[in-house]
Amino acid sequence: MITAQNLTKKYGSQIVLNLENLEIPKGQSFGLVGNNGAGKTTFFSLLLDLIQPTTGHVENQGIQVNKSEDWKPHTSAFIDETFLIGYLTPEEYFYFIGDLRGRNKADVDQLLASFEDFFHGEILGQKKYLRDLSKGNQKKAGIVASFIGNPEVVILDEPFANLDPTTQIRLKAIIKDLAERDRATILISSHDLLHVTEVCERIVVLNKGEIVKDIQTSEETLKELETFFGG
Amino acid sequence: MFKRFVSLQWKSFFRSSSFGKSLIIKLVMLFFGLYMLSAMVGLGIALYFILKKIFPDQAPIWMLSQYLLYWVLAELLFRYFMQKLPVMDIKPMLSMPIKKSSIAHYILGRSGFSVYNLTALFLFVPFCIVLLYHGYPVVNVGPWLVSMFALVLCINYVNFLVNKNDKAFAILAGTLLILFALDYFQWVPVREFFGPIFHGLYQYPIMVIVPIALALATYYINFRYLKNRLFLDASLKTKSKEAKTSDLAWTKRFGDMAPFLQLDLKMIWRNKRTRAQVFISLLFVFYGLIFYGQDQFASMMPMLAFLGIFMTGIFLTNFGQFIPAWDSSYYSMMMSQNIPLRKYLESKATLISVSVVVMFLLTIPYVYFGWDALAINFACALYNLGVNIPVILFFGSFNKKRIELDKSAIGNMQGTSATQFLIILPVLGLPILIFTVFYYLISLEAAVIILSLIGIIGFALKNRLLDAITEKYRTKKYGMIAGFKEKEG
Repeated sequence: MITAQNLTKKYGSQIVLNLENLEIPKGQSFGLVGNNGAGKTTFFSLLLDLIQPTTGHVENQGIQVNKSEDWKPHTSAFIDETFLIGYLTPEEYFYFIGDLRGRNKADVDQLLASFEDFFHGEILGQKKYLRDLSKGNQKKAGIVASFIGNPEVVILDEPFANLDPTTQIRLKAIIKDLAERDRATILISSHDLLHVTEVCERIVVLNKGEIVKDIQTSEETLKELETFFGG
Repeated sequence: MFKRFVSLQWKSFFRSSSFGKSLIIKLVMLFFGLYMLSAMVGLGIALYFILKKIFPDQAPIWMLSQYLLYWVLAELLFRYFMQKLPVMDIKPMLSMPIKKSSIAHYILGRSGFSVYNLTALFLFVPFCIVLLYHGYPVVNVGPWLVSMFALVLCINYVNFLVNKNDKAFAILAGTLLILFALDYFQWVPVREFFGPIFHGLYQYPIMVIVPIALALATYYINFRYLKNRLFLDASLKTKSKEAKTSDLAWTKRFGDMAPFLQLDLKMIWRNKRTRAQVFISLLFVFYGLIFYGQDQFASMMPMLAFLGIFMTGIFLTNFGQFIPAWDSSYYSMMMSQNIPLRKYLESKATLISVSVVVMFLLTIPYVYFGWDALAINFACALYNLGVNIPVILFFGSFNKKRIELDKSAIGNMQGTSATQFLIILPVLGLPILIFTVFYYLISLEAAVIILSLIGIIGFALKNRLLDAITEKYRTKKYGMIAGFKEKEG
């Protein structure tokens, strides 16, 4: 369970995020949509204690993230390419993350094997450093790395951007699977309304830092979102 | 067309991000630039007199000729690291209606004016002026100067040809070492063999056509090579070396720290800037040679303390001052991953400790210049281990400037701020001050013992100090993350 109370973030006089009360129950797949500057990445950064809130705080399974580091073992994230270590090969990167999360090589290999389709032969055994991979392939590596060590909370910022169509479809299946089988709480932000309505049970629309819609996903959700953003 | 190219070049220089840096750094760079320039000119002027003094019964130009081969090889080696053909800049021009041959001429021609070539000019022109002043005939000196510049250009263009190849480096370095060894141990008189050849350039002015022809030839080969490869997928592609996955299993014995140590080792080895720093640090082992041998320094104990701190701590300062900015490009990941900050810092401390020990071991041969040197170096190494490592880690918490790892090391001020200049005082100044005070108040032995003791005390308090430093990093975390995200223009 993730809760944000009276959470605001101001830069100067500009309010970039203002959440009165947001609760994300354990095991929910949660989608965050909004135009550029709506505060999606700001919220995720606050959740990961990468920036300081102006007021309020975030709790991750009862742990206040800016007070204790105990949320780290059960939380993992891929926000952008700054989460990758450019001078490692993808394998080394996965093993490194594995080391941090108490998984040995065999565990990591086993997990990676299940993502063979997703990698499409472009990640493993390429004899390339991560910095030399294409943006899409970097993203694939980063996303899979965030699944290492059975995290209970997975945070993915714009996971569909830069991916080719085949990979986008595979990623949707993976995320759904993760939510259903592992009961992981998954937080996704996206500009792609179709994808996000497909994988998320609940969708929150942010506009200029405020929650303007909070919807349990249904048949009509996509229409509703399209009308909102189109109008 | 060329006029337009030149104006592009002009803009790229004055609009480059290094010009947008803070005033202090600009001033410091200007100072270093001027310093290097005047050092070159000074050396050019002094060269004649130095040679005259060392070899009173030989003509300076003759002696210089004997060493020119080493200069050529060393310069090639130096440039192998420093100078790359700047092909990437022309990418936007490929799709424009510009002839490929003029693009190729442009990049090659422009490289002829690089700083590396100009420094040679600053050395040889003053030297030649001194020669002329001492009555050497213009008909000899003039063409010789031209020859030298042609040689510089040759080096310039040969470098671009061999630069693509790692073997070339090994061959160059090998040749240089072997020739020097052959010469030094007097197995083969290398200098006597090549000396006359280079001296011929002076003696017979007509010979100037040889280096000129060589320069033109290397230019032409480069031109041909480049012209046929001006495609996105050929020479313009930044080549990505084949990556090898390595697990560095031997680091496992460090337990919890192993993943971080592995990461640091890979970082150092796989990025230009860090790798260059290791090489530079290793080279500084020879720094002592300049001072120990000279009588006026050998008895100056504070100078020896400086050498000790400096030589055993060169990697400590070079690498340590930029912790944790080395990890800046992925710092937000490090901060949100399951990483205890303490372990992270501990592994950095271990890495630097190893470097201090290695540097100390490498300086042991200086015992040749007396036991004092060894004792002082030992005390300095202990001080570096116990005090300077925590100090440098502490100052690291003030770092907020991003470092792009794959940029080259030389003249790279990225990540530099006032902190870096402030660090010098406690790291270098304090131990020397302590040493000097006790040396003059009591004795050399006392100074050595005090310095060692302080080091040992620091070492004993290591855990406490690291705890405090960790706390410091924790409170500075948000500023660091924000700072590391800012890319320079």
